[in-house]
Amino acid sequence: MPPGASGLHNTLACHDCDLLNRLPDQVTTTLLCARCGAVLYSCKPDSIDRSLALTLAALILFVLSNSFPFLAMKTGGLIQETTLLTGIHELWKQELYGLAVLVLLTCVLVPLAQMIGLLYILVPLKLKQRPAFGAAHVFRLIQEVAPWGMMEVFMMGILVALVKLGHMATIIPGVSVYSFGALIFAMAAAFSTLDPPLLWDRLDLRR
Amino acid sequence: MKQCAATARQLGLINCHDCHLLIAAAEVEAHPRCPRCGAHLHLRKPNSLARTWALVWAAIVFIIPANLLPMTVATTLGTKQSDTIMSGVIYFMQTGSWEIASVIFIASVFVPFAKLLILIFLLLSVRLRSTWRPKDRTTLYRLTELVGRWSMVDIYVVTILVALVKLGAVAAIEAGPAAVFFAAVVVTTMFAAESFDPRLIWDVIEEKV
Repeated sequence: MPPGASGLHNTLACHDCDLLNRLPDQVTTTLLCARCGAVLYSCKPDSIDRSLALTLAALILFVLSNSFPFLAMKTGGLIQETTLLTGIHELWKQELYGLAVLVLLTCVLVPLAQMIGLLYILVPLKLKQRPAFGAAHVFRLIQEVAPWGMMEVFMMGILVALVKLGHMATIIPGVSVYSFGALIFAMAAAFSTLDPPLLWDRLDLRR
Repeated sequence: MKQCAATARQLGLINCHDCHLLIAAAEVEAHPRCPRCGAHLHLRKPNSLARTWALVWAAIVFIIPANLLPMTVATTLGTKQSDTIMSGVIYFMQTGSWEIASVIFIASVFVPFAKLLILIFLLLSVRLRSTWRPKDRTTLYRLTELVGRWSMVDIYVVTILVALVKLGAVAAIEAGPAAVFFAAVVVTTMFAAESFDPRLIWDVIEEKV
């Protein structure tokens, strides 16, 4: 369904250059702004089913990633294991509170909040009920915090750390590394199958 | 797709930042919230230029200690070794892992500096009311918004190293003071990119035509 506004049916202003673009009645592809080339709208079939399934998968992978060790380092007879949260705890113990909070937010809390928020919005829509209480505000929040979820950047950090420490000790990647890798793809897919114009239509506060 | 050849502002319409509903500016003066999603409505991001300048200056201040102070302090058998961002890159180049050296160089040195320069260029071009290649400048803006987050790589590497390498007297790694400044650079430049409104680039052109 193409996004429409009251009185201005099928017209959409570009978020990057403010040009008004008229959308055709049936949209089956991705539409770009005629003047600056920003993506205005893309067609997302089965959006609710697909993002719901992917969000559930992501949540399971998230639980896995946080319950098993990430990396283990073996030097001589000593084995040092670490989970996602111990690194943050170490930073806190070194009195780098700001850094600890930043890593906790970007790698744990923001992605978790996004997943729970998406489920809160999508489950009632899937069950063909009224949208959940405050769902429009929840969806707005999910979109606003999106740049601050940085799990894929963390994955890159793991790879760099692996090579860096590979010179001095044996590093054994744990279960979490694999589930975390899958989690990144599940989250990215959940967000790319999401259809914001459709959701805004269903979550409309005026209803 | 047909072009209407007018912007929302010229027709007195406000485009909601969050749900992209078009609302007549005359209707909302009393209650500036979007009727559909509840977001605050503005024709353009409020005080975009002043806010972006302030955040850019803050980032310029932070980027100096971030590059000069040590990022990690490693203790191996009693000897301390401090590494700045650049000395880490050079270490990787000398030990032959040029892939890692280039990842760290691009994420921690090139991207933050390039991002600051692009933001300053965009701010100046709007201030000087430039009409030079607006489409390319908008693309440049989208690029800075997209790549900024990848600068966090170094912070995460430090987090993982600190958690893994703590073998008492044998070997231990601690986060250096630069880590805090570097994180501050990433956060302020991300906020700076978010507070800049690319539509200001196009407003100038419409006013001149």
